[in-house]
Amino acid sequence: MSIDNAAQELAELVRTGEADYIEAHLEESQASHMVYRGRELESVGRSEAVGGNVRAMVRGGWGFVSFNSLNDLRGRVEMAVRQAGLVGSEASQLAAVPPVVDRVSAGVDRDPVTIPLAEKKQVLDEYNEIIWRQPEIQTSNIGYSDGRKRTIFLSSSGSYIEQERADVNLRVAAIAARDGNVQQAGLSMGSRGDLAPLRQLHHEVERLSRHAVELLSAPQVKGGEYTVVLDPVLAGVFVHEAFGHLSESDFIYENDRMRELMALGKQFGSRELNIVDTATLPGLRGSYKYDDEGVPAARTYLIKEGKLVGRLHSRETAAKLKEKPTGNARAISHRYPPIVRMSNTFIEPGAVSFEDMIGDIKEGIYAKNWYGGTTSMEMFTFSAGEAYMIRNGKIAEALRPVVLTGNVFDTLKNIDAIGNDLDMNQGGGCGKGEQMPLPVSNGSPHIRISRCLVGGS
Amino acid sequence: MEEILFQAKKVAEDAEVFSVASEETQVNFEANRLKHLQTKQQTSMALRIIRQGRIGYAVTTDAEDYPRLVSNAVETAQFGMPAKFELPSANSYPQVEVFSADAGLVPVEAMVTLGGRLIEAVTGHTPGIICEAEVTRGVVSVQLMNSRGGQAEYRKSYFSLDMEGNLTRGTDMLFVGDSASSCQPMLEPGTVADNILQQLELARNQAPVSTKSMPVVFTPNGVASALVMPLLAAFNGKTVLEGASPLGQKLGQKVFDRKFQLWDDPVVAFQPSSRPCDDEGVPSQRTPLIENGKVTSFLYDLQTAAVAGTRSTGNGRRDHGGLPAPSPSAFVIAAGSTTFDEMVGDIKEGLVVEQLMGAGQGNVLGGDFSGNVLLGYKVENGKIVGRVKDTMVSGNVYQILKDIAAFGSQARWVGGFLQTPHIYCPSVSVASKG
Repeated sequence: MSIDNAAQELAELVRTGEADYIEAHLEESQASHMVYRGRELESVGRSEAVGGNVRAMVRGGWGFVSFNSLNDLRGRVEMAVRQAGLVGSEASQLAAVPPVVDRVSAGVDRDPVTIPLAEKKQVLDEYNEIIWRQPEIQTSNIGYSDGRKRTIFLSSSGSYIEQERADVNLRVAAIAARDGNVQQAGLSMGSRGDLAPLRQLHHEVERLSRHAVELLSAPQVKGGEYTVVLDPVLAGVFVHEAFGHLSESDFIYENDRMRELMALGKQFGSRELNIVDTATLPGLRGSYKYDDEGVPAARTYLIKEGKLVGRLHSRETAAKLKEKPTGNARAISHRYPPIVRMSNTFIEPGAVSFEDMIGDIKEGIYAKNWYGGTTSMEMFTFSAGEAYMIRNGKIAEALRPVVLTGNVFDTLKNIDAIGNDLDMNQGGGCGKGEQMPLPVSNGSPHIRISRCLVGGS
Repeated sequence: MEEILFQAKKVAEDAEVFSVASEETQVNFEANRLKHLQTKQQTSMALRIIRQGRIGYAVTTDAEDYPRLVSNAVETAQFGMPAKFELPSANSYPQVEVFSADAGLVPVEAMVTLGGRLIEAVTGHTPGIICEAEVTRGVVSVQLMNSRGGQAEYRKSYFSLDMEGNLTRGTDMLFVGDSASSCQPMLEPGTVADNILQQLELARNQAPVSTKSMPVVFTPNGVASALVMPLLAAFNGKTVLEGASPLGQKLGQKVFDRKFQLWDDPVVAFQPSSRPCDDEGVPSQRTPLIENGKVTSFLYDLQTAAVAGTRSTGNGRRDHGGLPAPSPSAFVIAAGSTTFDEMVGDIKEGLVVEQLMGAGQGNVLGGDFSGNVLLGYKVENGKIVGRVKDTMVSGNVYQILKDIAAFGSQARWVGGFLQTPHIYCPSVSVASKG
């Protein structure tokens, strides 16, 4: 059975099901991947998947059933309704949204999955060749993946939305070694299915290979507090990790103390600080027209002039907090229910040039690129793939990768300069609970943070 | 499956079909209340072929559409690695108990009751704490068949209990949490509740800590979050083959403290990480990795072993239905003879690390780690005096594990992939805002 036929059948079942609300998702996807470890193309494969889920709400409780087999859809709907009934004990609350019937195409000229593997392999071979040209390279690591999926969303309130999207992702790492000392440098890049930005990285790949070798003789920073300047990539990770996750209302809506802490109107940073999440920007990996609850994407200011002014919502969190839905309920696949997630999150540009930003720093750290980041709401850590000392207003010696950590509330207040050079980072993906990686993007201009804790020797 | 194998044999020298079917039920509590019930049914069918000497691979959820599965595998085989191994023929497998019919039959109502009791225990101890809890049960069926007559089939059940609690006071947030899993049903909040209550007791007060090197005790959760990740990579035969493992040239040499014993163990009864064979049909075995501080072996799948000129240790694993790659089943670190209280009693000024956040983001291959202490306690004059905040712990695991003051007398399973005691390290770098 095709997902279109299954959707036809489900449309009737969700309309007549005995629950306060029922929705269904169907999905078909194709993907391909190539992984190099060292000179060898170690893994290459193609995958295809079909599946769906049914989610029901009864008296405020949720039931969720996911499946690969499209048989017995009636049984799946009944099970979701029965489960929801077992859980529910209060009135169901969902923010009202008008039903939508729409079709959204992937918007790419060429489906990346159908491009022959040979063509994609050629680009990766070139990158690998560049890495191996460097002396003292021990090994390389290249991972490429693409995917295309078509989803159908339908609900008991009459929505029927078909959306297609494509996604490509590339990460490249060069690993250098000398006398048992192993160092690596890498990059991560993605797009909405357009391969072009991934084909033009020769210069970048050469730079990171040289950097991996350079790190072999780089010192480790001495741990302690520093004035830290973050490049747009790392500042984007910072805004995503340190603040973005805190704006996801599912952490707040049933937690009185968190709600107090995140009261709208509270001052979080200087008047120059503006933070936005929006899925409406064309071409970014975190963009979409409708979220996985059928809610249209919006542009949401989280922080405006330093004040907390908004947060990200699903229909349920919006209703419970009596705020407007923002279209941020997303699921990585049909195997999971939608939860509140970011889309494209960034700090709006300010007026300070990079030269002015580092000009009066006597001793500080310039941190670039990222390995990763994580947060526990209050505390965050993120790691820079590249770091340099700043001495007397100038970029000085390279350092081993550094890990920065802090308390989000102090750190946002400690942002004392915001650059004029906004750049969006399209690499990687976001994880929350079991759901990862979700395509998102994040960005920022260069920013400067005073008194940031850096781990070291 | 036979049909797919038959079709694949027509276009390839060798072929292997690997299928997984699972059904999982999960009860979720959010903000101390029952919120979700979920059931997930999943199937996947993976085909690996050797065609003109090269490996091809494809996977699908729809086993009916096998002509496409075969043609996708054929396309990828043009670029695949040259196959250096032979698929295993018929094997006999060790008896490993990983299925308990009871686990799949626990009524949803009983799972709800269990989660509710766990939350009551914790909220009763600390009013105002907000808990998330999950009770999960599932059954997985694995089937494998290859063109050399190799064949394996087993069922595994699992049952797990996870909980995280968050206590917010002003801008201060305390996170506590624990989990447990087994192939058998667990119907008591047991150790999960006990461990969380103990965390809450120890974190009752806050204590400042200075920036310097000091003794640190890593609890089993602390070992999992701070120290183990570099070892998982370093003992991987593939990392060794690439020359990227710091242990690659150290086989037979003493690299770690004499008291340090580590092995990979896929045959522990009723442990969800156990299985009778790996995902290539190679029988499971217990593989010693560190004996008396000496490096004794690395972990291999078929292909990596063949390239390295050795035998598979039965560690071929397919993550997310992908191609097999070497991967540990479960690391076991041997217990010592020192109790946790004795370790703490020995410290004049130091830390107990229960949860380190972000440790895996640095140069994992090289063994460097650096993370924020999400949950940890200050020790003064032999006593835990309170929780530390704004504190980072950093170091290199190869330096730290060279000299260990003591291994704890009681090992426990954490995260489903590690059994470890407490590890007491005499000197680790600590940086704090104080």
